[in-house]
Amino acid sequence: MNSMSEQEFIFLADKYLRKELDATERTAFEAYCTAHPDKATQLTTHQLFLEQLQVHADRKALKQELTAIADKYAAGGPLEAKQTTIITTLWNRFKINSLVAASVAIIAVFSTLWLSGYYKTIETATSNYSALRRDMNTVKKNVNAQNAVINSINSGQRRGDESKSHFGATGFIVSTNGYVVTNYHVIKDADSVHLQNSKGDAFRAEVIYIDPANDLALLHIGDSAFKPLKSMPYTFKAAVSDVGEDVFTVGFPRDDMVYGQGYLSSQTGYAGDTTAYQISIPVNPGNSGGPVLDSRGNVIGIISGKQKGLDGASFAIKSEALLKSIEAIPQDSLTDKLVMGKKNTLQGLARTEQVKRIQDYVYMVKVF
Amino acid sequence: MHTSTALEADRETIAGIASGDAGTLEALYRDYFPMVLHMVTQNSGTSDEAKDIFQEAVIVLYDRVKQGGFELNSKLKTYLYAVCRRLWLKQLGDQGRMFQDVRDYEDTISVEDDLAVHEEKDQQMSLMEEALDKLGEPCRSIIHDFYILGQSMQEICERFGYTNADNAKNQKYKCLQRLKKLYFTANNK
Repeated sequence: MNSMSEQEFIFLADKYLRKELDATERTAFEAYCTAHPDKATQLTTHQLFLEQLQVHADRKALKQELTAIADKYAAGGPLEAKQTTIITTLWNRFKINSLVAASVAIIAVFSTLWLSGYYKTIETATSNYSALRRDMNTVKKNVNAQNAVINSINSGQRRGDESKSHFGATGFIVSTNGYVVTNYHVIKDADSVHLQNSKGDAFRAEVIYIDPANDLALLHIGDSAFKPLKSMPYTFKAAVSDVGEDVFTVGFPRDDMVYGQGYLSSQTGYAGDTTAYQISIPVNPGNSGGPVLDSRGNVIGIISGKQKGLDGASFAIKSEALLKSIEAIPQDSLTDKLVMGKKNTLQGLARTEQVKRIQDYVYMVKVF
Repeated sequence: MHTSTALEADRETIAGIASGDAGTLEALYRDYFPMVLHMVTQNSGTSDEAKDIFQEAVIVLYDRVKQGGFELNSKLKTYLYAVCRRLWLKQLGDQGRMFQDVRDYEDTISVEDDLAVHEEKDQQMSLMEEALDKLGEPCRSIIHDFYILGQSMQEICERFGYTNADNAKNQKYKCLQRLKKLYFTANNK
């Protein structure tokens, strides 16, 4: 063989490399390569190229295998199972069940506590503060209900529903054209508010402003039967009063006005509340919203509550808070202008005279 | 520092890799992938990136073992970690990201040589892959079946529906020439 085409040569080379040539062919091919150095080079190149091809194929196969293993691993196959302990397997299996069980338990516990009034008890137990609105006692309520039934039998028609909760408290005039201040806790769930003066005249009133933070509410008597009063006998003292100051109050712990006397015992209220005083006056439910005056006839506070289980510890909101609260009311929203008394006509008078003068300015607040 | 049993286990693994044992590769994955996953994910990588890095490291190891004369101077774990760390550093560097891990194995070993070889080889691989892609079918399959799977021309003739073995032979020759041309042109660029 003297000359052969490249195609023939490659064909033979392949056969040679794959060891498919028999002994004679083999010798002939090798001899041909020796005789033609360029062909020998071509053989080497071809061989190297094929090796490269093989390496590439191997690499590809390896990559495929590794990807398969990685996928198996990611899918949480046997590889992962070998690693995880029994605890984790169990946890994974019962995770949902235990979560459901836990939530059911939590709901059950808290709803039971709530239903059994546990939280209400906590609330009352943690607060020794008692707001002094008067729950019109059950006996009276029952009597009223009875009367209502009798009346309705007599008249043959039903009267208004009297069975709703019914509170009494105190309020007092801050502006002679019918503005009355009382405690927010008194009127907070009110359907309607009525004011009754010491003569027994009752007027319907509207809540026009509330200040729950300071436990204050401003009412306005919108009743046409109400006649504006003469000038107010008391003024409001903005400055803080001193401990030991002789103070008194009037209020409606029952259906008639009751006078109470004592002294200012601390400049802070319940649990260190700086917007209130502690005063030592025997007060009872119904006294809420009553004015606290000093001996010169200045209103220094408003009765708001007392500490349970502690005698003579009553609390009054400072008049400073009241004045601030009134200032905060947008004047535009008021129908009549709110004018507070400037002149004090109580100074120097005997206590009996002072009480007489202020009694027309103090109202019993009845809340339905 | 390491016990002889651990060394023994590493040697077994390497032997397994050399013989292309699938079980060994699985074990490799199970034993060492979590460490790499942690290293990558702790350094602004995703688990997919960790997978790629680990795969590449195994390939480096595989090539090194196949090349022969691979003598472990450290634990296999240390070697794999070092390779993965270098690879991940490089990838982060390429993307302009930062590597925050300051944890260096005390006996971190130099894998630069292995990686340089690997990189060169990788380049060849991608050139071959590119050439094969450009070659297209059925040439690619014919070449693969003949040279890689070692099938005879007769089998190829039947499989690809050539009328006789000579036709198939011609076709195979043309394919090979084309592939060589594609590969060498790309290589000389």
